[in-house]
Amino acid sequence: MATVSLTVNGKVMSAEASADTLLVNFIRENLGMTGTHVGCDTSQCGACVVMVNGDSVKSCTMLAVQAEGTEVTTVEGLASNGDLHPMQQAFHDNHALQCGYCTPGMLISSIDLVTKNPNATEAEIRHGLEGNLCRCTGYHNIVKAVQAGAAEMKG
Amino acid sequence: MSEFNYAMASSADDASTQVKGTGDGSLIAGGMTLIPSIKLGLATPTDLIDLAGAGLSGISVEGTTVTIGAMTRHVDVASSKEVVNAVPALSGMASGIGDPQVRNRGTIGGSVANNDPAADYPAACLGLGATIQTNDREISADDFFTGLFTTALKEGEVITSVGFPIPERAAYVKFPNPASRYALVGVFVSDGPMGIRVAVTGAGINGVYRESSFESALSGAWESATLDGVKADESSMASDIHAAADYRAHLVGEIARRAVAASV
Repeated sequence: MATVSLTVNGKVMSAEASADTLLVNFIRENLGMTGTHVGCDTSQCGACVVMVNGDSVKSCTMLAVQAEGTEVTTVEGLASNGDLHPMQQAFHDNHALQCGYCTPGMLISSIDLVTKNPNATEAEIRHGLEGNLCRCTGYHNIVKAVQAGAAEMKG
Repeated sequence: MSEFNYAMASSADDASTQVKGTGDGSLIAGGMTLIPSIKLGLATPTDLIDLAGAGLSGISVEGTTVTIGAMTRHVDVASSKEVVNAVPALSGMASGIGDPQVRNRGTIGGSVANNDPAADYPAACLGLGATIQTNDREISADDFFTGLFTTALKEGEVITSVGFPIPERAAYVKFPNPASRYALVGVFVSDGPMGIRVAVTGAGINGVYRESSFESALSGAWESATLDGVKADESSMASDIHAAADYRAHLVGEIARRAVAASV
């Protein structure tokens, strides 16, 4: 076992973890934050996407020990003072989810995409969300939400 | 998941020493193939030696060569202005690997060392006549890729960088499997200091290879019409649930033709 210390949503946190603990399980079980989901567990679906040092990554495909010293943002860290993040609000406004299981990963991937490419075209948004699967709605409303969220984030 | 020990290496030589001292240890770069393989029980290393702290990332363009450190991520190659200017086919190839999250972790060294028969980087290395630099020696791409998931790397040998000679023109075109984004067929073509090269991934029964019949034809005239109607040898094509050998043989010709048409 090793002690893994990292900053999650602005707070320094640490817990014991064995070397084979995946980052997603560390976040969910060791840190008790269950907003980040495990969908496929085979690196395909993107439900587990979190931000690590400003880049979206699949937390089921990274070891907790590899995240030592990093800054992690999960879906729990998006809202501030009870106000939804603009991308969360856009998903709500555009009915971009049904069951919501994929949404935490969709949100983080979308925010990463829009932060790096504020004027992303519809095609770029679709290409940029290739790592996230939704099994309910199809992607039309998700793409609409990302466009709306992007406009709002530009302010 | 099987249990393993984990340690960070401080340099390529340190990683080599550490991994040689383990029972059945493995180096880990971005882990985009290795971690899923461990989860599925396809790999059961006793130890993982992490190259993340070994100082092996970075891109430089000097003279006629683009040199990319082994731990440089796909996203960094895809977005590097230096690479875009020097070899746009290479940055474009990197921008099409997997999905954004894979590109945010996956590395050139990991991809090259793994030599997945449907991976993109082996085609870029072979198609540009790259040189793979290790902690011990230089290996030409022509000698490096030796078969499915096998390379010329010796036990404990660590890739430190890959040098790509800048071509006069080149392109990579991929016909991706829509689910995995791996190449059903991918063809990297180039014309430059390493001669005329046509490297094919995703199709060959022994992994990445050079399609020498296309290369000979293109040395007569570098234009897409030269490859009108050509096919690869069906008997050397892989065949699986995604595509039969005759379809892959056809695709190799068609994708190579498109790559020549797209070359800049």
